[in-house]
Formats: sequence, C-alpha cells, structure tokens
Amino acid sequence: MNAVQHIDSVRAGDRLPGREFRPDAVQLFLYNAALWNAHRIHFDHPYATEVEGHAGLVVPGPLLGDWLTQCALEWLDDRGRLLSFEYSNRRLSHAGEALRTEGTVASVDRGRSEAVISLAVVNGDGEVIAPGSATVRFDRA
Amino acid sequence: MGSTLDPGLLAHIGRTSPPQTEVVTRRDIRKYAVATGQRLKKFLDGDEAPPTYHVALFWPVVPLGELLPDGVARDDLFPAPPGKRPLAGGLKLEFHRPIRPGDVLTCTRTLSDIYEKNGSSGPLVFIEVVMRVTDARREPVLTETTTRILV
Repeated sequence: MNAVQHIDSVRAGDRLPGREFRPDAVQLFLYNAALWNAHRIHFDHPYATEVEGHAGLVVPGPLLGDWLTQCALEWLDDRGRLLSFEYSNRRLSHAGEALRTEGTVASVDRGRSEAVISLAVVNGDGEVIAPGSATVRFDRA
Repeated sequence: MGSTLDPGLLAHIGRTSPPQTEVVTRRDIRKYAVATGQRLKKFLDGDEAPPTYHVALFWPVVPLGELLPDGVARDDLFPAPPGKRPLAGGLKLEFHRPIRPGDVLTCTRTLSDIYEKNGSSGPLVFIEVVMRVTDARREPVLTETTTRILV
C-alpha cells in the first residue's frame, strides 16, 4: 500500500493506489452473515439466476461502498480520518467478477488540512458501477 | 407543476422508527472487517470499526416467518405500495467520531422526504431516510442519509 505521507505532498489530480477485488461466494456469504442480510440474490444461486434473472450472485451494493472507504483510508493510513463519504450504486456486479477501486484527489484545502477524493468501483469492462467521493482530514503534524 | 405523488404516500414523510440500541463488540467488528476485506490492522484487530460497520450493527433482526419470500425484511418505516419495490440508490455519511468495542449506540431512522424526478423513462420516485446514530451520552456518532428509488 502506497500511503500518503503528509497533506503538503498532496496535489489535486494525484491518483490513489486503489485495489482489485474478486468477490466470491464465500465472501458474499460472510458479508451477508455479518449483516444478517438474508436477501437471496446474494447467496442463493438458483434463486438469483432462475427466479430473478441475474447473471449470478449479486454483489451487495453496500459492500462496494465499503471498498470505496477502504481506498481512501488505506491511502491515509492512520494519518487522518474520514469526515464524510457518499456513493451511489449505478450497475449490478456479480460474484467472480474482477472489480477495482480507484481514487483521485479532487481538491486540497491546506488551511483546513482537508482533501476531497473522487472514488469509483470499476468493472472489467471499465464501467463505473459505483461512483463516490470522500472528504478526509489529515492530522496536524 | 403539481406532483403526481399519491397523498397517501406523502403522508409517510416525517415518520420515525422506534430507537434501536445495540452494543458494539470486538468480535462483530472483526467479522465485519474480514468479510469486507479490510487490510488496516486497527479494523482487523477490532480496535475500531470500519466506517460502514453501522450497516451491520443496525440491520433489522426479525423472526424467520416475517421475512419476505426473497429473504428481505419488510421495512416498517416505509411499506412499499403494492407492486412496487425500493431499489438502493445513494448513501451519504457524516462521521462525528469512530466506533469502538464497548460503545452502546442508538439509531433512529426518519423518513425525511419523498420526491419525484424525471428520469429517461418517466418520473421516478425517490425516498430519503436519515439515520442518526448517537452514543450513550447522546453525542452524535454518525449521520447517514440513504436514497432509494421506487420501481
């Protein structure tokens, strides 16, 4: 993980490292168990494909949101914290797909020690399936 | 332009759920951290909860017989009109302080707005719910605003 060192070294346009995720049935099971979410489209393959017509097990939207927060926080690496975060689900994705998180510094406010990060989960076709943004505050050195 | 929204639907605006209080445990944080693929040590060790952990903490726990055939719990704050179902739209979070093991947190959900927007295939109905999470001293922990689309 290439974490940022200090807000003085941050520039608008900087790319965050991001990460590839390949969620499988085990991860979807554990995630939905941790939530206590029994929505069948996430773990019942015959139901997801035959009843609801999905291409496979559906990756839960809030999991994609979590990955976006990880993109920002791994870059910060305990040198600051999230003040706010937002995202939306635009397209479905399915277990077995290669998904990746991306982040770019949108703006920097050195006076406040804050930066706004544009975030996205992108699928294998290069489509943004979950865009988002986060405001982070760096700890004062 | 007058709204085509059913006044019966709009009457739900302002409804608030009964407060739900839950205890944060290290084990539950660790489960959530593993399930989401966290790599930061403080999350994997359960010293602090990942920012979206409250999604798990406050997920409704209802008897099996009350789950719908697709496994989803009915939302008592917003009973969808017949033939309609709410799809996940966006989510917005404001963080006031981190969540740690031992925290006793209370969440209150309010149906804050129902509105229409014109989409490519006609008007879409949006439902906005605000969840406020406070700690045992009633200090704010986080505020979540979710938007769902009625289809």
